[in-house]
Amino acid sequence: MDILKFITAGSVDDGKSTLIGRLLYDSESILADQLEALHRSNRKNDDGTIDLAILTDGLKAEREQGITIDVAYKYFQTDKRKFIIADTPGHIQYTRNMVTGASNANLAIILVDARKGVIEQTIRHSYLVSLLGIQQVVVCINKMDMVDYSEAIFETIVNDYKALAYKVGLQNVKYIPVSALKGDNIVNESLKMHWYEGKSLLHFLETVELKRDESTAHARFPVQWVVRPQTEELHDYRGYAGRVSSGSFKVNDKVTVLPSGFHSTIEKIEVLDAEPEEAVAGMSVTIHLKDEIDISRGDVLVNTEYQPQTAQQIEADLCWMDTRALDTSLTYFIQHNSKLTRCKIQEVLYKVNINTLEKEFGEEFKLNDIGRIIIKTAEPLPFDPYQTIKANGGAILIDSRTNVTVGALMLRSSATD
Amino acid sequence: MSKHTLDYLDELEAEAIYILREVAGQFEKPALLFSGGKDSITLVRLAEKAFRPGKFPFPLVHIDTGHNFKETIEYRDKMISRIGEKLIVGLVQDSIDEGKVVEQKGKNASRNTLQTVTLLDTIARHGFDACIGGARRDEEKARAKERIFSVRDEFGQWDPKRQRPELWNIFNGKIHKGENVRVFPISNWTELDVWNYIRREKIELPSIYFAHEREVITRNGQYMAASPFLNMDDEDIIERRTVRFRTVGDMTCTAAVESYAYQIDDIINEISESKISERGARMDDKVSEAAMEDRKKGGYF
Repeated sequence: MDILKFITAGSVDDGKSTLIGRLLYDSESILADQLEALHRSNRKNDDGTIDLAILTDGLKAEREQGITIDVAYKYFQTDKRKFIIADTPGHIQYTRNMVTGASNANLAIILVDARKGVIEQTIRHSYLVSLLGIQQVVVCINKMDMVDYSEAIFETIVNDYKALAYKVGLQNVKYIPVSALKGDNIVNESLKMHWYEGKSLLHFLETVELKRDESTAHARFPVQWVVRPQTEELHDYRGYAGRVSSGSFKVNDKVTVLPSGFHSTIEKIEVLDAEPEEAVAGMSVTIHLKDEIDISRGDVLVNTEYQPQTAQQIEADLCWMDTRALDTSLTYFIQHNSKLTRCKIQEVLYKVNINTLEKEFGEEFKLNDIGRIIIKTAEPLPFDPYQTIKANGGAILIDSRTNVTVGALMLRSSATD
Repeated sequence: MSKHTLDYLDELEAEAIYILREVAGQFEKPALLFSGGKDSITLVRLAEKAFRPGKFPFPLVHIDTGHNFKETIEYRDKMISRIGEKLIVGLVQDSIDEGKVVEQKGKNASRNTLQTVTLLDTIARHGFDACIGGARRDEEKARAKERIFSVRDEFGQWDPKRQRPELWNIFNGKIHKGENVRVFPISNWTELDVWNYIRREKIELPSIYFAHEREVITRNGQYMAASPFLNMDDEDIIERRTVRFRTVGDMTCTAAVESYAYQIDDIINEISESKISERGARMDDKVSEAAMEDRKKGGYF
């Protein structure tokens, strides 16, 4: 059994929390005491049924305001799969929260209100999903009960969305007409929409084949920690501990250490007492090399034949996440894998109006803004373009005054003149 | 090239090991908070996978309310001698003696909330900059929003509205002096995942997790172990029942469930079918709907 991580994009008004509540409720993933708390609560829908949205509203502040202000994680499983939902808010002022949730998702559910169709926020959510490199999208056209379960309305929205998907570069898109409130096509197939021949949302989530790009990509292994017991019997023991971020490494593979550029061969792979012949993407292991090389945290082992770019000036997409605007005169920290170094934003190329997808020039980079920049780092970074190997193309910016994470970077290419 | 994808337990394990190594790499003086419960026992196993044959780059820290199940303490001491790592014990009794906290009175008195003060004192005394804990997001809805690296201010407070964005698997552990980070490597595990992992790895647990006969009284519809630490009166009737504990905490706030699960397979079956979630057996969360959120803001784990 594997794990599917997905995000839900949409706003409260689209019935997003209700949709998640419905998934949990109808798949019997709510335990007795949580159900009791749900029934005890006095929030009800207009027709007197319990408000399932309560299941995802975690914080007091949110319950008071009736909105989702952070990322909440929910867990459920069926016979076929385990699921992790990152429930993120949909309003534009929470773009950073959506970017955060999307950074770890394999799939995105985009909610569209059947009465409103494709609107500004649909464009925004779809753009972010594409920017963060989520491979699979499910467009749930919700509130079908409010439009008499009309096939014509569904078809119009599907056609509108197809144009948008093409524009933002989304390739794998599935369309499902649903009513989260009434439970149509969420877990159980709807009896009201015989014209729809597909299966329910849950069925799709259970069976969709995930393209795990990282497992077939070039081999990358950021070193997190050097294991050196320095005891009498293990005097010369030196193992490099880390997690394979993409591809796979086998014993006897030729590897290069970056950024130093030294070459060696893998002698042994260890996981406690086991010695597997191969370490694949996602595995946390300890690697031993045949040669003694100076390697420390922040270095990365790569397959010698397929090396990443190594650069100090890099063009990247940036999502700004702090209330204080980006300051090109400041020095920030950049964290890429286990590497932490200083950097400056050398140039802001443009910002993207994420509601219209038009470029904007010469403006300040503020909270929730997204655009293209060039950074200059104090030390060279070995990276792959984010859209090619996500695991080696994402980085964060940290404000050196507050230590807060202020930006998400999707690295694109070397910008050395 | 390999098309192999990881099974969910392998994936969760690899993620937790990765997080533990990030703690080792990013902090000067981390610690692993060890309660004697199954979640922190699982963390110890994961730390062995992360750092052996080297030593752990952190000590284990036990905040001891003094109101323990004796089985937990026996287990703790045996485990420490097996793994050969350092244990630091912070005593709630010391905080009481120093006048920093006042023992609760009345029938439902418990030292559970007092341990927050002892924890913060222990962190300050040893200068810990990161504390690893076994909390999971599926336990409770406030936890569902907490980051894996969760920054606490000088007063140990968690501010849910000012959490750092946490992107990909890049964890920002940079802090100012006096602040510290709580780190939760098994955030993404469910109760059932932990049990399946314990079975797979053949990890030994304190015996109170398994069905046994014990003297209990009934409080608020739940079984509490009869002990000198529990304030009892004439209304409390002691009876012998076959029970087990789903979480292991302070004796005054950890309720037992009636159970005949003597083996780990029985427990996994029981949980798979169970209709009461794990924290439902903790008296401390029942006080109000926002109980956990309020305690966490005050520095509770």
